[in-house]
Amino acid sequence: MTGRGRGRGRGQLSFNMEVVGIGKGENLPPSTLQPTPLFPPMEHKPVPLVVSEEAEYMLALKQEFRGAMKTLPFYIKPAAPKKDVERYSDKYQSSETNENPSEWDPDWKRLPKELRTRTKRLQKEKSTITSKQTTQPRINKEEIIRTLEIAQTLEKKEEAHSSDEEDGEKKKQEEEAPASEEEYNEEEFEEETDYIMSYFDNGEEFGGDSDDNIDEAVY
Amino acid sequence: MTAQEVRLCGLLLQEHFGEVVEKVGTQLIRSGALTLRAIVQETNMPLDLAKKSLCVLVQHGLCLFGSARRGPGGPVEYRVCVENVLHMLRYPRYIYTAKSLYGDTGELVVEEILQRGQMTMSCAVKTVADRLTHNMEDGCSMDYSEVISAFSNLVETHFLQRCPVAAEQGSAPPAATSTLETAPAPPAITRPPAPESNPDCYKLPHINLRGRGKRRRSSEDGEDKREAKRPKLENGEPVGDEGIYWQVNFQRFHLHFRDQAIISAVACKLDQTSSEIVRTMLRMSEVTTQPGAAHTQPLSANEIFRALPPSYSIGRPILDQYLTLLVDDPMEFVGKSGDSGGGMYVVNLHRALANLARATLESVVQERFGSRSARIFRLLLRKRHLEQKQVEDFAMIPAKEAKDMLYTLLSENLVQLQEIPKTPDHAPSRTFYLYTVSQLPTARMLLQRCYKTVSNLIERRLFETKENKRHLEKSQRIEAILASLQNTGAEATQLQEVEEMITAPERQQLEALRHHINKLDSSENQVDESIFLLESYVTSTGTSR
Repeated sequence: MTGRGRGRGRGQLSFNMEVVGIGKGENLPPSTLQPTPLFPPMEHKPVPLVVSEEAEYMLALKQEFRGAMKTLPFYIKPAAPKKDVERYSDKYQSSETNENPSEWDPDWKRLPKELRTRTKRLQKEKSTITSKQTTQPRINKEEIIRTLEIAQTLEKKEEAHSSDEEDGEKKKQEEEAPASEEEYNEEEFEEETDYIMSYFDNGEEFGGDSDDNIDEAVY
Repeated sequence: MTAQEVRLCGLLLQEHFGEVVEKVGTQLIRSGALTLRAIVQETNMPLDLAKKSLCVLVQHGLCLFGSARRGPGGPVEYRVCVENVLHMLRYPRYIYTAKSLYGDTGELVVEEILQRGQMTMSCAVKTVADRLTHNMEDGCSMDYSEVISAFSNLVETHFLQRCPVAAEQGSAPPAATSTLETAPAPPAITRPPAPESNPDCYKLPHINLRGRGKRRRSSEDGEDKREAKRPKLENGEPVGDEGIYWQVNFQRFHLHFRDQAIISAVACKLDQTSSEIVRTMLRMSEVTTQPGAAHTQPLSANEIFRALPPSYSIGRPILDQYLTLLVDDPMEFVGKSGDSGGGMYVVNLHRALANLARATLESVVQERFGSRSARIFRLLLRKRHLEQKQVEDFAMIPAKEAKDMLYTLLSENLVQLQEIPKTPDHAPSRTFYLYTVSQLPTARMLLQRCYKTVSNLIERRLFETKENKRHLEKSQRIEAILASLQNTGAEATQLQEVEEMITAPERQQLEALRHHINKLDSSENQVDESIFLLESYVTSTGTSR
């Protein structure tokens, strides 16, 4: 019932169509049932562009300006995305952003103070990095002194063992300690041999049995 | 800010400053004024990148900052100046105008200042001298004094102005800013100190700069750039203008463009001599007319006669005839405001702008819908309100076609329907339906369409570049190889071998790409001319955007 009513009243509008100019029974264009095409065909083609010296010169100016802006430090590139795995080629493809520190230096008096902390932080970072580097050797030296003391106490305990080996070890330790890491020293120290235990790093058991005094050659 | 403006601003920022600045800028445009913390939060960007972007935006005059609350102690808020971002579209036109007025030196000065945003005079002079020296033959170099004179000319004619001194945040006693703002201090963010309010706006500083441009060798490129940007004390001498930065005065350039448009319109409509007369009148009123004035100051015919350029030696009675012709012209470029001094004449600036905008609208309709639709459009512009039947009669177009055209224009929103009821119940059979065109809203609509056009052009250009990125990179690499080979003196056969690395179809593709990009770029420039006319018209009517 409602459908019938709606069907009957479909063609009626709120105002008289004749006034706007559509006569009765006239052929109206069919109503569109889909969105208009993306690039509809044009009946009137656009007028061609103005071609003059002025236009060409301005075109060249525009392109040069764009190119120049890309080289200035005002062009900020997004932060390099974090890599998931460190790759060998990273060493050789050093990021070029670090090579362009012609960081333009704005006049900080004309900018709000909160934008300024950037340079201070950089300076702070630089100073902390250098301080870390200077303290690291010191730390190593302290560890070396500690290990030497431990070595001395152990030496007294194990006087039964051939003291030559331990002297050799100590000398080795003293030589290698500045260059090597802590764990390396401890390993060698525990095994108490002349042989470098990390020689067979890949985990093979080759020579693993003969970790005590061997007079025979190892094949 | 309308959606089209936001989109266009985003694209312009991206092209000139990269994606990071674009993100920050778009966020600021959309949200109005934001604090630094809010920016970082909403854009999810690392703090130092956000700070850098804001520095870049402020440097180029695209962003203003100020305390959110009155007086010191409030958080600093940043607000993007959308107008200035849109002006970036017009930079080539500014540079070209400077070239036509002040030669290559002027052109380079304006270009450098536009690239860097703000510069001190000494820094600009040095950079420009170096660039000019680079282009000259070996052994010649550009003297600083020539560049200084070009710079002074630009400042004297107000094309360059001093940057307004930024209000220090947190330490701003009202006394410090009183020299800049005549009104009692409103929050700086809403009304930044206008550069004109500084009495020294156009005063050149005394600088102690003698020398010549340095020839730049390619290996020293990076170092020289760094030197140019940091105006450190060279040779231990203070140059004398630290802290005084100069920026381009866009408003003055716009007045110049407006004058140019009026003169060329007169030349097209009447003849060359009339346009010279109008040019003389405008030149005489350059300094006396306020930027937003509706007319120039009245000029007597005697003054105009004396000020005519010597190449146009016309007799006094002929000048009077020309002036009468100009006054009687329906375009109403020139009006008569009195009879003393042989007749007092003014140039009607606002009316001229309105006429130019109207001509733009009419030509848009003509090119899109045909000359008969344009006739209907012009008719409606002139007669304001017409019924369907009257339109058919006045335009002398058969009913069916007139109806069709009117509906097309109506669907494009260029023409509106106005209902005038005869009875209080608005019964359709007893209501007049009148077609009407109103110039100002239509102009605004077309202005937004122009913004959309330019955005589409830019996006299409970026798309084309991205599609052919591989080809472009390859050709750039080969050019670099060729250049280095030529420098080290290679044989012709080697050069040819390298050139052959680009195959013929690739070359064709590159040519086509270059052609497309050039076309898109010059279209942008041309659309910008329409944008300028429509924008000037809309601002001249004085209503807010």
